[in-house]
Amino acid sequence: MAGKTISEKILSASSGRYARAGDVVVCRVDAALGTDGSVPMALDYFQAMGGTGVFDARRIVFALDHYAPAPSRHTAQLHQRMREFAAEHGVELWDVGEGIGHQLVVERGRALPGQLVVGADSHAVTYGALNAFATGIGSSDLAAILIGGRIWLRVPESIRVTLTGRLAAGVYPKDIALALAGRLGADGATYQALEFAGSGLADLDLEDRLVLSNLTVEMGAKNGIFPADDRTLEYLRGRAPGPFSGVEPDADAHYVREIAIAVDELAPQVALPHQADRSVAIAEAAGTAVQMVYLGTCTGGRVRDFRQARDVLKAGGGPARGVQLVVTPASRAVLEELARDGTLADFIAMGAVVQTPGCGSCCGTCGAIPGDGVNVISTANRNFKGRMGNGSATIYLASPAACAAAAVRGAIADPREVV
Amino acid sequence: MIAGRARVFGDDINTDYIITSRRKRESLDPEVLRRYLFEEIDPAFAASVRADDLIVTGKNFGCGSAMEVAVTAVLGAGIRAVLARSFSRTYYRNAVNNGLLPVICDTNAIREGDGIAILDDAVRNETTGDKIAAAMPTGIALEIIQAGGLVPYFRRHGDFRL
Ligand code: SF4
Repeated sequence: MAGKTISEKILSASSGRYARAGDVVVCRVDAALGTDGSVPMALDYFQAMGGTGVFDARRIVFALDHYAPAPSRHTAQLHQRMREFAAEHGVELWDVGEGIGHQLVVERGRALPGQLVVGADSHAVTYGALNAFATGIGSSDLAAILIGGRIWLRVPESIRVTLTGRLAAGVYPKDIALALAGRLGADGATYQALEFAGSGLADLDLEDRLVLSNLTVEMGAKNGIFPADDRTLEYLRGRAPGPFSGVEPDADAHYVREIAIAVDELAPQVALPHQADRSVAIAEAAGTAVQMVYLGTCTGGRVRDFRQARDVLKAGGGPARGVQLVVTPASRAVLEELARDGTLADFIAMGAVVQTPGCGSCCGTCGAIPGDGVNVISTANRNFKGRMGNGSATIYLASPAACAAAAVRGAIADPREVV
Repeated sequence: MIAGRARVFGDDINTDYIITSRRKRESLDPEVLRRYLFEEIDPAFAASVRADDLIVTGKNFGCGSAMEVAVTAVLGAGIRAVLARSFSRTYYRNAVNNGLLPVICDTNAIREGDGIAILDDAVRNETTGDKIAAAMPTGIALEIIQAGGLVPYFRRHGDFRL
């Protein structure tokens, strides 16, 4: 019999069963995140299910990130309800301004190699970068985890994505992710796992991998997982609260599909409206006017993203007239670092609108909203119509450097031509 | 048996198209949210929906955000089943957990307004007479949906049982 993929191994360990692709297993959850977008409903389900206590509060965290700060009385009340529940049950709560839940899970060592970590938010797949089996769930499944600490899962088949080569200057992990989305399509990995492999991984550090894992849900994937290696250990040093061990796939593991990407051959990409899999080489969209440039989110809101964007903006002489530049750090730690190293001052001097760490404008629930007819280019992961709160605006997705290049030109441009 | 009138949508209908995040921001009540169902892609839908309507759609229904209001708002409008060529996994789970029946079948030949009957392992188009093979939830997903959703399932069992 063939060996096991990383996903099969982790779900075997967390279910105590010999789990193979296609099996349905009940698993112990190592950690679960809920956000202000999902917990209020989860608390309704919790009550309706007859929930009284939290099974193991140490495994649960709540983040107030989608409505940060609360833009209305109703959302402020949702926050109040979450704070009260968290205090009553001893659940850790990351309050408004601390950042995006996914970023905090990663920064604070709440997802570790070999673990099963879920989040009541589709971008929980992000922690796959850390060699965790990480997937998104809804509010009702979160309620069941609050009560019993367990979840049922179908063990996914895996698609192996082999990366080779080194990114050229001006090309970034976001470009790999968009190119992969273009290859697979928005449902190319539905119900399946993406498992990354190949010599190209050595050049991608943990933060690079977060971008790739984050985008896997835009391909329909259940999870997007990396092996654990020195880069993983390097990132977790000082963050991991306890011991862990990485999980490798067996050499004879079975994959339903193999995809190879020579990352050295990639050009900068842009996803056209209104889906992340509509990616093309950025040259094909060059010249499209943009009026808003958004830097942030759980995909592109980390320190290096802002530095890369700042460098392009500075080299190009700042944003063009008529471009609104909006900056939202993924976490307070990111904001602090940007303040410390001068990046934040640069953005302020360039006239950027700086928002509270959190989800910001990403899904139109708080922060700046684009006007009718406005073209936005964003470092985010989704560009559905209406995603940023206005169905009459249009959203393009690209790397931080490419977004900055568009800010400089007032139009979509290849970042390599701006610096 | 569930039967009703087909309301047809295309491929890759994401949850923000089913109900936008900004509506969800102001209310989680299905009775309120049903008024805005599909407003981004079909502004006339909410006013014309009938309690026996069924959603018929292409591939990857419910992709994007895992927000569960994209299921409860559909149920709030009285819709009891969604037929799709494929579902995003989070939508599928949320549907099962709330007792909305997700049916996987070839929906290409179904037209707006067709009368549809959902059988045990197939879908019958009453308008054209076609019978289409269909995959229904199985195993624990079927047990949850037969219980009426995860709430009644949990009230009965207190945990997941395989
Ligand atoms: S930043 Fe955007 S994609 Fe990420 S969790 Fe927040 S709303 Fe979702």
